[in-house]
Amino acid sequence: MRLAATALALSLAFAFVNAKARDASGLSPFVIVNDAVPAALGGLKGDPARGRQIALDRRRGNCLICHAIPETGEPFPGEIGPSLAGVAARFSEGQIRLRLVDQSRLNPKTVMPSYYRIASFTDVAPEYRGKPVLDTQEIEDLVAYLGTLGK
Amino acid sequence: MKDLVKSLALIPILALPPSSASADPLPSGTTFQSTAIRAQQADEGANPGMLWVEAGAKLWGRTEGSAGKSCAACHGPAEQSMKGVAFRYPAVEPTTGHLLNLETRINLCRTKNQKAAPLAYESGELLGLAAFAARQSLGLPIGVRIDGAAAPFYEQGKAFFYRRRGQLNLSCAQCHVDNAGRKLRADTISHGLGNGYPTYRLEWQTVGSLHRRFRACLFGVRAVQYDFGAPDYLDLELYLASRAEGIAIETPAIRP
Ligand code: HEC
Ligand code: HEC
Ligand code: HEC
Repeated sequence: MRLAATALALSLAFAFVNAKARDASGLSPFVIVNDAVPAALGGLKGDPARGRQIALDRRRGNCLICHAIPETGEPFPGEIGPSLAGVAARFSEGQIRLRLVDQSRLNPKTVMPSYYRIASFTDVAPEYRGKPVLDTQEIEDLVAYLGTLGK
Repeated sequence: MKDLVKSLALIPILALPPSSASADPLPSGTTFQSTAIRAQQADEGANPGMLWVEAGAKLWGRTEGSAGKSCAACHGPAEQSMKGVAFRYPAVEPTTGHLLNLETRINLCRTKNQKAAPLAYESGELLGLAAFAARQSLGLPIGVRIDGAAAPFYEQGKAFFYRRRGQLNLSCAQCHVDNAGRKLRADTISHGLGNGYPTYRLEWQTVGSLHRRFRACLFGVRAVQYDFGAPDYLDLELYLASRAEGIAIETPAIRP
């Protein structure tokens, strides 16, 4: 089964169908096309206001620890990642989605956490085992929020 | 003529082996702190960590355990016997082959030499004794052995440092090597060295051990935290001490 999935991933190269993920993990399956996940996870609709809260919440997105988001007015943002000002002008919705789902697929050495992944982590604290950092709705809310950072 | 002098002057520089270019010690974590914190740390009267050092000094002279001995009874004045000890730790204890840091070395003296119960790792007493002992090496440069019997511990510590872990999937090195000097929220990430420990941390409102700091970083990446004094932490401590080669001991440092 694993082998079949790997072979499929290899043969489709950039269009990898993560088809059997849901039953094992509760994650919604998603399709990667080039450097994007074009379709909303689980067909859910995101809410930008909720997404903003998640981005600011230190126990959920906590994006400000690494990124400036000037719109938030946060005086001491981190500077590990690029500013997210105007991110929607640089990336499509699907590109933003993949960066949140699993940035390590684009940059294996990234410091940005893979927010929607549970496989192949080591030494995860017991309370977080088998769970993604953010759930399906939270990812879609964040995608909707980042979509408002166009200017 | 001028040009000739210039090019001659270049020769010895070019002839240096490449490794000596990286021989400069890394900057201590203190260099990343605010001027106010640095000033408070340097002022013995204002540094709250000195209260632990003073408590340690009292314990040094107190008779404990069924052997009826104080630390001082065997070691004499700490100003002499403990000077130049802390910067060699962690070190391998030759009879058992165990890697010991200052805290576990002191506890070995408690059990073996004083015939007393070991002190709890994060207790005020053990932190005080460790801070007091380390303070006697104030300003002396760290230099641990990583060869011979220490080599396997060093290798394990290094592997731990570079391994990604936790739900956020980050290694120590991704922050403390790759992003040192950058801001993580309001904190500037340092090189992650242990030369100021035990340290007074404002967030803790107390002095804490280096292992407590490890636990805080592991908590941050949502990874498994090990017990204080765990072998993994001792290995890691040795690796950090090797990275801190040449940096002065600053115990007790102050951190936000
Ligand atoms: C530990 C640091 C860290 C955290 C936390 C983090 N990121 Fe990132 N992020 C980065 C880095 C670094 C990059 C640059 C790409 C790379 O290095 O892989 C990046 C890239 C991005 C990009 C692509 C932008 C571009 O211009 O390339 C987006 C979008 C993004 N992050 C959104 C987020 C959001 C939303 C959050 C919070 C849910 C978040 N990030 C949390 C470090 C982080
Ligand atoms: C009965 C004598 C005795 C007592 C009491 C004693 N020690 Fe020791 N200590 C030793 C000896 C002997 C060594 C050398 C290593 C060994 O053989 O265990 C040593 C080693 C040490 C070392 C490592 C020194 C080095 O150069 O590496 C430290 C630190 C230390 N003791 C601290 C303490 C402290 C703190 C106390 C009190 C809590 C204490 N000792 C009580 C006998 C004693
Ligand atoms: C997400 C980034 C991050 C990761 C990963 C991380 N740390 Fe830290 N660490 C920090 C920050 C931020 C601080 C506080 C600022 C500072 O002193 O560097 C800190 C502080 C420290 C300190 C205290 C330095 C001092 O001078 O007081 C040590 C030691 C340390 N970390 C070791 C580690 C070790 C060992 C690991 C791996 C188990 C680790 N850190 C993983 C961000 C990180």
